[in-house]
Amino acid sequence: MDQNFIVKGTCMFVKLPEDLDCKNAAKIRNESDKIMENENIKNIIFDFKNTNFMDSTGIGVIMGRYKNIKLVGGNVSAVNVNSTIEKMLTLSGIHKLISINEVSGLKMPVK
Amino acid sequence: MKSTNKMKIEFDSNTNNIGFARVSVAAFLTQLNPTLEEVADVKTAVSEAVTNAVIHGYDKLAGYIELTSVLEEDTITITIVDKGKGIEDVNKAMEPLFTTKSENEHSGMGFMFMQAFMDEVDVKSLVGEGTTVIMKKRIGCERI
Repeated sequence: MDQNFIVKGTCMFVKLPEDLDCKNAAKIRNESDKIMENENIKNIIFDFKNTNFMDSTGIGVIMGRYKNIKLVGGNVSAVNVNSTIEKMLTLSGIHKLISINEVSGLKMPVK
Repeated sequence: MKSTNKMKIEFDSNTNNIGFARVSVAAFLTQLNPTLEEVADVKTAVSEAVTNAVIHGYDKLAGYIELTSVLEEDTITITIVDKGKGIEDVNKAMEPLFTTKSENEHSGMGFMFMQAFMDEVDVKSLVGEGTTVIMKKRIGCERI
């Protein structure tokens, strides 16, 4: 398994790359879906710690995983989101569907 | 006389060059002393336009993308030209969430982001001939 994907119980933790664009979207999509086929995943956590750039292709990747996890009643969250990425998540409207920078119900400050 | 500065690059239609294109424009833009937010906005808009050229314009076929940036006083004008298949209905393509490639999970938000991050976005397209996107942004209007 790709070392950027960590599965613990029903959680899948995805460490996103520095740039989340068209170049690496397919890889994240394929790897996530492969893991979801083989494991009982109920929560996907996208870690934006190393991510400084995301465009609409990245939004597409998150939206796609959200649709898949909703089919099994799961959730998507995004952590370590900086202000640039937060702007993209807000403009796209996806912030209404996923939790951003929340850990155990507590809101973390935007970097 | 107005001071102007221009750069022009041409590169293969290839997903590897999307990052190159946005970073090049961002580096050129530093001359206008933009804020980090302004740089991020311009990078996103360039990324969206070039992604469109690669994914939709050329759609896996080989071709060149031409990118020109002009700095004129406090404004950057970016022109991105492809000689790909063109857009049948530009107004429809610019509608939020409209996509012809939903199977690849393209969000249909590309033009929406370009319009959100730039002051002006103009799209000219002819089927079979290609697409030109012209975007303008004034830098520093939020500073005093």
